[in-house]
Amino acid sequence: MKPTDTSNPDHFHQVVDCQWGCPAHTDVPEYIRLIAQGRFTDAYMVNRESNVFPGILGRVCDRPCEPACRRGRVDDKPVAICRLKRVAADHKDDISGLLPTIPKHKNGKRIALIGAGCASLTVCNDLLPLGYTCTIFEALNKPGGLMRSNIPSFRLPAQVLDEEINHIVDMGVDLRLQTAVKSMRALLEEGYDAVFVGSGAPKGKELAIPGRQEGDANIHIGIDWLESVAFKHVEKIGQRVLIIGVGNTAMDCCRTSLRLGAENVKVMARKPREFFKASDWELEDAEEEQVEIVINHAPKAFVIANGKLTGMIFELMEYDIDQGRITATRVTGETFIAADDVILAIGQETAFPWIERDLGIEFNQWDEPVCAADTYQSTHAGVFFGGDAAFGPKNIIWAVEHGHQAAISIHNYVHGLSVTDRLPPTMNLSSRKMGIHEWSYSNDFEPAARRKMEHVSLVERFRKLDTEVELGFNAEQTACEVERCLNCDIQTVFTDQLCIECDACIDICPTQCLTITEDGDAVDVTTRLTATVENPDQPLFASGQLTQTGRIMIKDENVCLHCGLCAERCPTAAWDMQKSTLGIAYAGDHDVLRGMRKCGS
Amino acid sequence: MSFITKPKVSWSGQKKNALGMTLNDYEGGLSTLCAGCGHDSITAALVQAFWELALKPEQVIKLSGIGCSSKTPAYFLSGAHGFNSVHGRMPSVATGAQAARRDLIAVGISGDGDSLSIGFGQFAHAIRRNLNVLYIIENNGVYGLTKGQFSASADPGSSNKKGAKNLNQAINPVAIAITLGGSFAARSFSGDKQQLVPLLKAGLMHPGCAVIDVISPCVTFNDHVGSTKSYAWTRDHLHASSAADFVPPATEIIVDYAAGETTNVELHDGSTIRLKKLDPEFDPSSRSRTLEYLEARRADNEIVTGLLYIDAEMPSFHDIAGTAQQPLTTFDFDQLNPGAEALQQLQKNMR
Ligand SMILES: Cc1cc2nc3c(=O)[nH]c(=O)nc-3n(C[C@H](O)[C@H](O)[C@H](O)COP(=O)(O)OP(=O)(O)OC[C@H]3O[C@@H](n4cnc5c(N)ncnc54)[C@H](O)[C@@H]3O)c2cc1C
Ligand SMILES: Cc1ncc(C[n+]2csc(CCOP(=O)(O)OP(=O)(O)O)c2C)c(N)n1
Ligand code: SF4
Ligand code: SF4
Ligand code: SF4
Ligand SMILES: [Mg+2]
Repeated sequence: MKPTDTSNPDHFHQVVDCQWGCPAHTDVPEYIRLIAQGRFTDAYMVNRESNVFPGILGRVCDRPCEPACRRGRVDDKPVAICRLKRVAADHKDDISGLLPTIPKHKNGKRIALIGAGCASLTVCNDLLPLGYTCTIFEALNKPGGLMRSNIPSFRLPAQVLDEEINHIVDMGVDLRLQTAVKSMRALLEEGYDAVFVGSGAPKGKELAIPGRQEGDANIHIGIDWLESVAFKHVEKIGQRVLIIGVGNTAMDCCRTSLRLGAENVKVMARKPREFFKASDWELEDAEEEQVEIVINHAPKAFVIANGKLTGMIFELMEYDIDQGRITATRVTGETFIAADDVILAIGQETAFPWIERDLGIEFNQWDEPVCAADTYQSTHAGVFFGGDAAFGPKNIIWAVEHGHQAAISIHNYVHGLSVTDRLPPTMNLSSRKMGIHEWSYSNDFEPAARRKMEHVSLVERFRKLDTEVELGFNAEQTACEVERCLNCDIQTVFTDQLCIECDACIDICPTQCLTITEDGDAVDVTTRLTATVENPDQPLFASGQLTQTGRIMIKDENVCLHCGLCAERCPTAAWDMQKSTLGIAYAGDHDVLRGMRKCGS
Repeated sequence: MSFITKPKVSWSGQKKNALGMTLNDYEGGLSTLCAGCGHDSITAALVQAFWELALKPEQVIKLSGIGCSSKTPAYFLSGAHGFNSVHGRMPSVATGAQAARRDLIAVGISGDGDSLSIGFGQFAHAIRRNLNVLYIIENNGVYGLTKGQFSASADPGSSNKKGAKNLNQAINPVAIAITLGGSFAARSFSGDKQQLVPLLKAGLMHPGCAVIDVISPCVTFNDHVGSTKSYAWTRDHLHASSAADFVPPATEIIVDYAAGETTNVELHDGSTIRLKKLDPEFDPSSRSRTLEYLEARRADNEIVTGLLYIDAEMPSFHDIAGTAQQPLTTFDFDQLNPGAEALQQLQKNMR
C-alpha cells in the first residue's frame, strides 16, 4: 500500500472535520482553545481572519461545520461550534487596534462593487488594507444585504450587524447608498480597474396557481415581505397566516408573522419531514413558538370571495419512499384551509435585468452568469461575481469565502497577473509534548453532553419584534462546551523508523483506530483492520514499512479522539501529538510585484 | 502509565459480541506498567479473547502472584473476581478457589520470576494435579518489578542492560510442563496477537491446566542488544510450529487445510481445538517427539511457538479431587457447618 503523503496540506486539514467542512476554513479548534483560556479577543480575531463576521455568524451561520464535527460520531451531538463563536464575539474587547491599518497612499486601483452584502464587504475587507479604492453601490439605504433586509432582528440584532459592517466601512469604503446600478454598460464606462458583482439573488419565486392575481393584496413574496418588515414598511399581518414552503425563509416568515400579530400560523409542506430544507434548529425554534407544520399538502388554488383572499385549497399527497427517495406520488383528496394572508417562501433566484447582454458577460441557459468556480471571473475579464449572485442562493459563510477568493483574483488581475496564479495552502506542524505524559492541550475526554441554548421566555419574546431570542451561553455552559472539543488539529504524527511494533498504541486506543498488519494493496489491507471502516470521508493513514517486520501501521481517522494516549504509551515516541496549522493565503499574501521583478525592473 | 483515564465512548459500527458487550466492557483499570511493556499487550489479547468467547466477567476469577506481570489482572475484566496473592503462591490460591467454586473459569497470571524461581514448586504441582486454570507466564527473562535482575528463564550467554552475561542455564517452562505430565503446553509472543488470542481462547476452554509461556519483552530492562527476550531478537528467532484455533460448540468446521495437516481436539462441551501444523518436523501427538523437537530448535537458537502439546482427556483436578459441583458459596450455613456431632461421626468412621 502506498504510504500516505502527509506533506500534502490536505492530509492533516481533512482530519480537522469542522475546518474542512467550513467553506472559509475557520480554525475552529484553535479559537475554542482560546475561549477556554478566556482569550475572547484572540478567539474573535482567529475567526475574523477567515470568516470576517464572527458576531453575525456566531448567531446565524448555516454551520456546515457542526454536522461534520467528529464529536457527533462519538457522542449524540457535535460541539456547539457556532454558539462558541458568539461567546468570543460577545465577550471580546475593543478590536479596533487589531484591525489592519489602511495605507494613506493608495495603489491607484479603483474597484466598483455592486451590492453591500457580505460578499462585497469581504472583498473590501481584503483589498482596502492593500491601498485599493473601493466603491460600493447599494440600492437600499443601509448596507448588509439580506443579513439586514431578510434575517429578522430577533435572530440577528442590528447592533451586531452595524458593528461588524462598520469595521469594514470604516476602513474607507466609498459607500453609495440608495444608488441602484441600472446599467452595467454605464458602470463599465466609468473606467474602474475591476468590477465585483455581489448583488445577491433578489427574486423570490412565484406560485402560479388560480387566484394568485385576485388575491394579490394578501399574498406576499417571502423575501420582499421580510424586507418590508425590516424597513418598517409593514407592521402587521392577518390573524391566520399560511406560509408556503418549508425552508429557512419560511421559518423566518412564520416567526415574524407571530410578532406582527398573527394568532394562527401554519407552515404548509408538500412533502414529509425528512425532505424539509430548513435546518433542524430553525424548525425546532419555530415549533417552540407554536407554529404548526403541516406535511403532505400541495397548494392547488387561492380561494377568493368578494375580491378578498379567504384561504387556499391543497391537494392531500401520499408518497412511496424508498431509502430516502420518493418513488411514487399520489393525490388522495383535497382540503380547504382558511387564511387572511399567505406568504410564499418557495425559493429565490438571481436576476440581472441591469446587465446588458452584449457586454461580453456571458449567461448560461438558466440566465446565470458564466463564471469560473475557483476564480469567480466572468467571461468579461475585469468583471467578477461572488456570493449569491455567482451560483445562486447559498449562505453567508459561502458568500464570505467567494469574497476572499474574488479579492485574490481582482488583486492579480489589476496587476496584470493571471487570476489562476494563486498560492496553495500550507501546513505547519509543531509538537505539543511537554513531558512524558503532559501535553500543552487538554487531552482528557469530557463526557458531558452538548450544552443547551437558553431562550427568552415565550411571553417576553413576542413583546418586541427585535428581542433576540437566544440568550447566548453563560460562563458554566461555555466552560463545559469548550472541553467537548476533541482538538482534532492536534494531530497524531507517526515516524515509522522509530516503531518497535510493541502494540502499545493499538492496545490503549479507546476507539480501535490503529492496526499493524502485513503490507498489501489497499483493498486487501482494509479487510484486516482492527475495526471496520465506517467513514469513507476520512481516508486511512498508511505508514511506510516498519523496521522489524516490514508490516505497516494503519490509522483509521474516523473516531480518533485525539486523546494522545497512543503517543503517551509509545515507548519510542514514534507517535507524537503535533498541532497542525493550516496556512490560507488571502489577497494580501499574494505578492503582486513578483511579475514586475521577473521582468527585471 | 498515563495521567488520563481511557475515555469510554461508543460509535456507529462499534462491534458487539453475543452478549451485546463491546471490547471496552472487558477492560479494567488503566495500566501503570511502562509504556511499551509486553505485558500490556497480553492484557489486550486477554480482553480480546474474553470478548470473542462472550464470557460474562462474573464467570471468571483472576489470580496472580507478585511482579509487573502479576499486576496485570487489575487491567482487564474489572467485573471479574480476583485475588492478588503473594510471590509465587498464585497456584495455591487458584487451587483453593477452584475447590470452592469450580463453576468459575480461572485465569492465573504469573511471571518468569514468580513461577520459575520462588514459585517453581507451586508451578510444578499445579501441572501434575492438572489444576483447572489457564496458567500464563509472562516471560521477559528478568525480574521487571525489582529493576531487571536476570530471572531463571534468562538464556545462558545473554547479557543484562549493563552488559553482564548470564552464566546459569535457563528453565524452559514449556518443556517442564510437558515433562511433568501437563495436558496443555503452548508458547507465544506478546507481539503476535493473531497467534496469541486463539491460544488464550483454547487455554480458557481447556479442561485442565493450560500453560502458556508468552515471551513478553520488558522494554525498560531487557530490550537491548544482547538480550534474547527483546522485541527484535524474539522476532528474528520466532519459529511457529503450529496454529491453533478455538471453535465453539455447534460451529461448522470449514476444512481449508490438506488432510493430515490438522488435528481436531474435541472438548467435553462440544467445542473443538484445531491444530494446524506449520512445520513438517513437528508432531504434537507425542510427548517425547515434542521434547526432542523443542530441544533441536533451541539448539538452533529458535523460539518455537504454537500449541505444542495437548491431551484433553487427561483427568483434571476436579475429577481427581472430587470437588463439589455446587459452589460452596451457595450452601446453607447448616450444610457447610453441620456441627460438632457430625464431625465426631466423621472421625468415628475413620478410626
Ligand atoms: C429569509 C432569509 C434568511 C436567511 N437566513 C440565513 C441564515 O440564517 N444564515 C445564513 O448563512 N444565510 C442566510 N440566508 C442567506 C444569506 O442571507 C445570503 O446567502 C447572503 O446574504 C448572500 O450575500 P451576498 O453578499 O451574496 O448578497 P446579499 O446579501 O443578497 O446582498 C446583495 C445586495 O445587493 C443589493 N443589490 C442588488 N442588486 C443591486 C443593484 N442593481 N444595484 C445596487 N445594489 C444592488 C441588494 O440590495 C443587497 O443589499 C438567508 C436568506 C434569506 C432570504
Ligand atoms: C516473598 C518475596 N520475595 C521477593 C519479592 C521481591 N520481588 C518482587 S517482584 C519479584 C520478581 C518478579 O519477577 P517476574 O515474576 O518475572 O515479574 P516481572 O516483573 O518480570 O513481570 C521479586 C523477586 C517479593 N515481593 N516477595
Ligand atoms: S471535536 Fe473540535 S476540532 Fe474536532 S471536529 Fe469537532 S469542533 Fe472540530
Ligand atoms: S489519539 Fe491515538 S489513542 Fe487516542 S483515539 Fe486517536 S489514535 Fe487512538
Ligand atoms: S519494568 Fe519491564 S516488565 Fe515491568 S512494567 Fe516496565 S517494561 Fe514491563
Ligand atoms: Mg519477569
